[in-house]
Amino acid sequence: MSNKLNHSMSLAKPDALDISNKQKIALAIGVIGLFILALALLNTNFPNKALFLTLALGCISLGIIGYARGAYLNKLEGIKNDGVWFKSISSRGVWGWIVGVILTTFYIVLYFFPKYLGLATDGEANTGLISLFDPLSKLLSGRAASQWFVYGTLYTVAILAFGYKFILKYRHNRYQQVRTVSVMFFQLGFAFLIPEFMYVMNNDLPYYDLKSMWPLNYYIFDEWSVNGFLSNGTIGLALLLFGIISIFVISPILTYKYGKRWYCSWVCGCGGLAETAGDSFRQLSSKKMSAWKLERWLIHTVLVFSVVMTTAMIYTYLGYDSNDFWLTRGVFIALVIGFLTLLFTAVLYFKGKEFGKDAKYGAIGFFATIALLLILHFTGTTDNVFFIKAGTLRSTYGIYIGSIFSGVIGTGFYPILGNRSWCRFGCPMAAVLGFQQRLFSKFRITTNGGQCISCGNCSNSCEMGIDVRAYAQKGENIVRSSCVGCGICSAVCPRGVLKLENDSMQGRINPTEILLGNDVDLMDYVNKN
Amino acid sequence: MEHIVIIGNGISGVTAARHIRKNSDKKITIISAETKHFFSRTALMYIYMGHMKYEHTKPYEDWFWEKNRIALKQGFVKTVDTDNKTLHFQEGDSVTYDKLIIATGSKPNKFGWPGQDLKGAQGLYSKQDVDNLEIYAPNNKVCKRAVIVGGGLIGIELAEMLNSRNIPVTFLVRETSFWNGVLPEGESQMINRHIKNHHIDLRLNTNLKEIVADENGNVKSIIIEETGEEIACNVVGLTAGVTPNIDFLKTSKIELGRGVLVNRFLETNIPDVYAIGDCAEQHKAIGNRRPIEAVWYTGRMMGETLAQTICGNKREYKPGHWFNSAKFLDIEYQTYGWVFGSRGKPEYEKHFHWKHEDDTKCITVAYHKDTNLFLGINTFGIRMRHETFDTWLTQKRDVAYVINHLAEANFDPELYSHYETAIQTAFNNQFQTA
Repeated sequence: MSNKLNHSMSLAKPDALDISNKQKIALAIGVIGLFILALALLNTNFPNKALFLTLALGCISLGIIGYARGAYLNKLEGIKNDGVWFKSISSRGVWGWIVGVILTTFYIVLYFFPKYLGLATDGEANTGLISLFDPLSKLLSGRAASQWFVYGTLYTVAILAFGYKFILKYRHNRYQQVRTVSVMFFQLGFAFLIPEFMYVMNNDLPYYDLKSMWPLNYYIFDEWSVNGFLSNGTIGLALLLFGIISIFVISPILTYKYGKRWYCSWVCGCGGLAETAGDSFRQLSSKKMSAWKLERWLIHTVLVFSVVMTTAMIYTYLGYDSNDFWLTRGVFIALVIGFLTLLFTAVLYFKGKEFGKDAKYGAIGFFATIALLLILHFTGTTDNVFFIKAGTLRSTYGIYIGSIFSGVIGTGFYPILGNRSWCRFGCPMAAVLGFQQRLFSKFRITTNGGQCISCGNCSNSCEMGIDVRAYAQKGENIVRSSCVGCGICSAVCPRGVLKLENDSMQGRINPTEILLGNDVDLMDYVNKN
Repeated sequence: MEHIVIIGNGISGVTAARHIRKNSDKKITIISAETKHFFSRTALMYIYMGHMKYEHTKPYEDWFWEKNRIALKQGFVKTVDTDNKTLHFQEGDSVTYDKLIIATGSKPNKFGWPGQDLKGAQGLYSKQDVDNLEIYAPNNKVCKRAVIVGGGLIGIELAEMLNSRNIPVTFLVRETSFWNGVLPEGESQMINRHIKNHHIDLRLNTNLKEIVADENGNVKSIIIEETGEEIACNVVGLTAGVTPNIDFLKTSKIELGRGVLVNRFLETNIPDVYAIGDCAEQHKAIGNRRPIEAVWYTGRMMGETLAQTICGNKREYKPGHWFNSAKFLDIEYQTYGWVFGSRGKPEYEKHFHWKHEDDTKCITVAYHKDTNLFLGINTFGIRMRHETFDTWLTQKRDVAYVINHLAEANFDPELYSHYETAIQTAFNNQFQTA
């Protein structure tokens, strides 16, 4: 083993590599911005909230931007991974753990104890951190801030500032730049500004981030949400229809053409944060076979849970009598079961061979879902599903999946588990898109003949924990449901071996025994056997 | 059960082992003195640079070997007794084999420079070399300057490594321009400039005279042959090429040249003893190839081929079209077919050279001056598709066809700028005026 000390665990000097003076100044500015937020959190009553909020967000952004410029602009364009496994923050060192604990705490408070952030109760005015954000919220939508507005603002600032850093880091790579501009645009516009403006235009509409589709957006088909849409005439109905079309029509078409990357690393907000603020942690994802096995069980379990939960939610507010509305509970359950059965048989029929060993697991998932739906139908009462209150089921999903998994673990654990642990292990949307990407998509990462040298840069930088090298060194294209198409494996490859492509379905999956460049007769002989 | 013993757990030996396992149930043992598990030697530089840790350079997880019934033995083979089919280890124990595969790779060249074995003078080949570098050059306070001797692929990697820790580097290159024994002039000159842009002190036409020691036997400075200049430094990187790592075979009956001499079936003069990879030397070079090919890819191909022979499907080592790749600091390089530098260039070979104005991208296309047959391409800063060039070489396309269809071979990431039109224009202009 290496006789090298692990520099990163030293408390006195956690980092092996020093940073420049310019970066130290930037870091100080950023800390001042965070300090203002901390003061607000401790109920400091700033005289001019608008000014101090601007100062805080401005300092944080400037700090990140200045730090990034100091890190990248004094060097030639190229791969900038020097020292990522030496730096404490990005190698699970002291700073990594500290940041992980702070982030996790923040998420716990945000989801479960927003009053500590200063959220008003009973119509009083906000205090603390949330009150600091009141001026911005009033400016955008005329209402006081909520904990979600604070979170959304910080989230957007993080994507924009770290997005700038990412663009500088990859300033030789236009794919990375365009992709990053795209996530910055969708976060700022679709997730942050447009919902606020929609509220100004029609304040009865439920909050709707147009790009966030079911099952990631698990509350869109909740009773309050659907009622909110339906009570708002044409625009409401149009939005609800858009929600349905986006998962059942738009998403399959785009995923067929471009792979799931069109969503996961170009549009999605979770992906946006992971790709920008989370970029420094991408190498921390586990590449072990055991992690892959866990991933497949976990993510598909969440998907089953999500489908059953959504069905149950809709089920509870539908009636029994077809005279009231044609879509009764019975019809609805039959439709869902019919749709799933059609989907499952079609997949087996067209792709059964490719599915191979996984068909067994697919069948388990399918029959489990159907069984749960039947139990739902035959044991459900007016208020209860699965013998518990319908609302309890929904809030259980909300707490465990929506809050704890995606927020507390997904983002809070960035410095420990890597930046995509939610996307990899938990996101039901990623499971749906991934399923399609594996079976019905033109997307693949092409391996360039025999050029791989097994160095492992690709696997190391894969945020989804795909062992890219395992494919590349066999000369095999990478077709994996979890791949979000971030393109970093291709960027860091020192020998030009990997290329993200949309090409024909034919020959997309091409396992080989002998790689290109050897004796053609031997290749023929072995590869045909 | 037949026992196959492989000395060396690099790409050649491991590839052979994997393919023997796929095709048979033979007992397989891999021996290495370097590390317990196979790792990617080409990734050593990234450990020192902090891009990866040692464990990330292992292409297979540690459970892989047991699952595939490939036994791993750590030990240093001292002598090979082919009469009794027995290996004797430095540690005192021994192992018998039915078939022996020698895949021991290379070691850095040392040309008898005074001081070449001092503490801080080292090559860059093994895991131990990187561990030593961590001792003698952990940062720019312990190592105030490093001198690298030998302008090849390993030398420039070592320069990049030291640069990543802000250690000043002086890079001594014997030739008139970087790696111009292999690269054509335009490319070689472009890399010279790129090296200097990284603030590396590149000294062309410069040889090492001696390495000077301090009172503790550490490197203190080096002296340059041509000028007598003394350069203070704490580390000297000896990267003037590699040579087969076969000293332990000198007392055996196996016939040796510079490497282990083998025929086209990778057989040595002794039955049931084979050699593959960097340490194997062909009696007669294959085509334009060198008798000793110290390249990752050829090691892998020999492993793939020999596994067939071992498993009863006797095969010649018959590699396809030549290809290779490297990365010079930030500039990627790929080559398909044959493109020669001024040294060793056949008289029939002519070149078309195009360079982008940003001085980080260029290509050189080699063709036959009489028939216009496409011979090969070097590409810098533009990725090309292996399969496309392999097909064109097999189809014996002419140079104009290749230039006009270059877009089909492009392998750059999506949304990158394309240069095919500029290249075609340059080609047409050159040929009209020629």
